[in-house]
Amino acid sequence: MSESAVRTATRPLAAEGAAGLLRREWPWLAALTFAVIVPWFFFDWTTGRHSGFIVSVLSQIGIMIIFALSYNMLMGQAGLLSFGHAVLLGLGGYVTAHVVTAAKGGAFPLPLELTPLVGGLGGFGFAIVLGYFATKQRATAFAMITLGIGELITSCALMFQTFFGGEGGVSTNRMTGHSLFGLGYGPPIQVYYLIVAWTAVSVAAMLLLTRTPLGRMANACRDNFERAQFVGYDPRMVRFVQFALSGFFAGIAGALYTLTYEIVTYDTVAAPMSANALLMTYIGGVGVFAGPVVGAVLVVLLQSWVSLLSNSWLVYAGVLFILMVTFAPGGLAGLVMMHQPIWRAGRLGRLAGPYLRLLGPVLLVLVGFVLAVELCSFLTIGTAQGKTLTLSRITIDPHGGPPWIVAGLLLAAGGLWLRHAMRGLATAWQAVTEEIKTPELRA
Amino acid sequence: MSAPALHLSDVQKNFGPTPVILGVSLDVSAGSRHAIIGPNGAGKTTLFNLISGRFPVTTGRIELHGQRIDGLPPHEINRRGLSRSFQVTSIFPRMTVFENIRCGLLWSRGYRYSFWHLLGGQRALNDAAARLLADVNLEARRDVPAGLLSYAEQRALEIGITIAGGADTVLLDEPTAGMSRSEADHAVALIRRITAGKTLVMVEHDMSVVFDLADVVTVLVYGQVIASGPPAEIRANRAVQDAYLGAPAAGSGVGIA
Repeated sequence: MSESAVRTATRPLAAEGAAGLLRREWPWLAALTFAVIVPWFFFDWTTGRHSGFIVSVLSQIGIMIIFALSYNMLMGQAGLLSFGHAVLLGLGGYVTAHVVTAAKGGAFPLPLELTPLVGGLGGFGFAIVLGYFATKQRATAFAMITLGIGELITSCALMFQTFFGGEGGVSTNRMTGHSLFGLGYGPPIQVYYLIVAWTAVSVAAMLLLTRTPLGRMANACRDNFERAQFVGYDPRMVRFVQFALSGFFAGIAGALYTLTYEIVTYDTVAAPMSANALLMTYIGGVGVFAGPVVGAVLVVLLQSWVSLLSNSWLVYAGVLFILMVTFAPGGLAGLVMMHQPIWRAGRLGRLAGPYLRLLGPVLLVLVGFVLAVELCSFLTIGTAQGKTLTLSRITIDPHGGPPWIVAGLLLAAGGLWLRHAMRGLATAWQAVTEEIKTPELRA
Repeated sequence: MSAPALHLSDVQKNFGPTPVILGVSLDVSAGSRHAIIGPNGAGKTTLFNLISGRFPVTTGRIELHGQRIDGLPPHEINRRGLSRSFQVTSIFPRMTVFENIRCGLLWSRGYRYSFWHLLGGQRALNDAAARLLADVNLEARRDVPAGLLSYAEQRALEIGITIAGGADTVLLDEPTAGMSRSEADHAVALIRRITAGKTLVMVEHDMSVVFDLADVVTVLVYGQVIASGPPAEIRANRAVQDAYLGAPAAGSGVGIA
């Protein structure tokens, strides 16, 4: 990303025009187009309605993309590990709820389309206050302060009834009757398109921010804060401004959350939501701008679909997180970027075989693992819920030995096979990267 | 002689109960090339850390162009026109070489904490960064992450970042440390070229570099200045030879001749 920014640096911007923009940013435009049309794949012509579930999942994806990207403004770009990022989302959400209610009551004719801006300013304002304390420190101390702030605001949310509404939260009604386009925002699909628009704007703004002096110095302070001081920058100020801007975007996400669910509760400021930001960002990849976008999509899908199928979706999310941190610290986007030089050299085909050979063992391990987890889950929660574990009409008794033996065998055999296949991949990888390197060395 | 660019009066520094700098007074005249030499542990790097604001002084006074700078944070001192390099290379390893240089330019060009300028469109800034890149001979490595450069290249980049902001007083901490003879010669030529017209203060162990480059040499031993003067004078100074070489008889010139 930074390389492309550098390359364009010397080229006059005007000469580039729309064609250049299209060539460089086509994945974003493709994603946007997809976001716009995807609800129509789930349109029921008999009832004339979009699938409520799909629209809800898609809306959540949009909100979480903004949230995760705003988190990565701290984590990936500034090297600041925050455990309290949900605070900024939640507070933006609360501010929005109150403003929407006031607008509905006729206090001011604020168009609903602009309420995310209000949420953003709310997040920004709170980020200035909280960031003043948090950004005094960096690294571990910063993480500890954000953890404290998260706990503080969560307990405040239960104590101060007028602003936070206690345990019941603050509910509102998004049909304020004020709209720039005369829309009522009753149907969720209208809110979804509002989310798409704000997500597009926010993603573009955050991408552009990485190409500004502040964005660059955030990277610099992440890499070497002491050096940054000796080129005239106060690293604390860099952290502070970056934190405040990150709060602005988290606030936008919070506002969209409020508009979607028409209620904000203390869950939005609490630790699990902050952990969610970390999860999405890390799984997607902190080192690449688009990483958190990928992470947000994946984690929301995992949350919504897998939680429909299984009681233990958190186990899967947790294991995925551990695997990513251990084996792919660059996240999914990092994995993809690793292949870029090989792809450029036209050698990606060489890896196809070894990758295909991974398929079998991965499948075995996966099935074995899922079986083991589900057996555990049915042994405890499932029985309590009176459910039975059925696989294509065969009822499996988790109390019997055979299913456990099958799971164990699958895991063991798949594991051994996977190790072997991974060795094959590693050898092929090494051979290909060596081939790519050699001509460069000669040059 | 013009007014001193840098003026130290009775600067002392203790680390806990241990005195490291025991009262150093020093004048560096504007436009001169001043070398600080001394045996290991003499406090040369500590002196740099005091001047650049990395550590606070215990007592004493440091002035840059007549303005007091001791007690200021490093970024404030840098903004007043004093820049430094580090003995242990200090760059931005995950950013490209070009980005490293550009970061060195940003503050002095008035960008401050701007989040409304797109760097790609800043012609003057990018041209200046490209020129500096050429100055330190790293054009070919422009888009390489700085952490992947060779040692000598990283040292050159370090100097590039140090001078990028246009500081008129430059402190270089062992710029040729760990370099081969030819690399060091190259570095000396580079330093001479890009610090022309600036005030240069450097810590250096390589005596050929010192006598090649410096107008004035100050000898620091155990946190005290034992001599200061033109290279020829220092070379002939009996006390320096004694202190530096550790034995009066060692006139063979191993270290200093």
